[in-house]
Amino acid sequence: MPRRHLVSVALLALATIGPGMAAHAAPDAARGQQLYARCAACHALTFDRVGPRHCGLLGRRAGSVPGFDYSPAMKKSNIVWSAKTLDQFLTKPLAMVPGSSMTYAGVSEAGDRADLIAYLKSASSGTVCRLAP
Amino acid sequence: MSFFQMSTPVAARRLFLGRSGGLVLSGAAVALLAGNDALAAKAGGGKAADIQILNTAIGAELEAIAAYQLGAESKLLSKPVLDLALTFQGHHKEHVALLSGTVAKLGGKAVVAKAKYNFPVDQLKVELDVLKFAASLEQGAVSAYLGAVPLFGNRDLAKAAASILGDEAMHWAILRQAIGEVPVPSAFMS
Repeated sequence: MPRRHLVSVALLALATIGPGMAAHAAPDAARGQQLYARCAACHALTFDRVGPRHCGLLGRRAGSVPGFDYSPAMKKSNIVWSAKTLDQFLTKPLAMVPGSSMTYAGVSEAGDRADLIAYLKSASSGTVCRLAP
Repeated sequence: MSFFQMSTPVAARRLFLGRSGGLVLSGAAVALLAGNDALAAKAGGGKAADIQILNTAIGAELEAIAAYQLGAESKLLSKPVLDLALTFQGHHKEHVALLSGTVAKLGGKAVVAKAKYNFPVDQLKVELDVLKFAASLEQGAVSAYLGAVPLFGNRDLAKAAASILGDEAMHWAILRQAIGEVPVPSAFMS
């Protein structure tokens, strides 16, 4: 095959497969569970640590886990955690809630955030969270 | 080579520090450890924000110290692993001392250890469980410092935090090796 044809085929493949798959891939909770390891310095699903527990996160009002010592900024944020608000927060936590104790630059990749959120959603309805005190 | 055939962590650390200690610590860390208040408190963007970052890190470090204490007192660890755990716990204590001193020099109040920490004690049945638990904390610590480094207004503090990140990454790699996983799973951390 002539070289220019090979280049055309390669460019066509990149244009049609690469970006399309990246943009429309369904959130992957299993991959999100792997990504959740990044959160393990401060968070756990079933109990509070440096950060609050994540079971039941979606649908919860920010700053509302009983007994957890939130920053004043988070308590006053008036956020209810949804896929949309979590995506915004995870992108740049301190841009959304200046003064938050979550002093973390953020998860820059949209696909990573979507997978993390899918995992948090599935974990909340899973056995570990259902059996949590 | 088996993990247990390696030279002791303490000996390895002494050798490492003896050969390259002057190069390992960043200038900021050296200055902070030496009590160079002027450099440590040098005005950077957002001192209050820097104090908040440092305090979040201290909170995680204090929890790590408590976790290693739990492991050390569990009677589940063999002597070489116990020595390793205590060595790593000692590093975390050094981190807390450095970070807390820096918070004070910046005019803030460092967080202190909680009276009680929540750990998944019921899941720690054998030595391998303790090692996996420690590895998960160290991996999280690497990610946490990686996420904190770009946020510092004072770039000297960012350098000091990066030097701690390197230490946490070494802990994680050694723990991965101890539990039979590839010690360095990828070329980049996230």
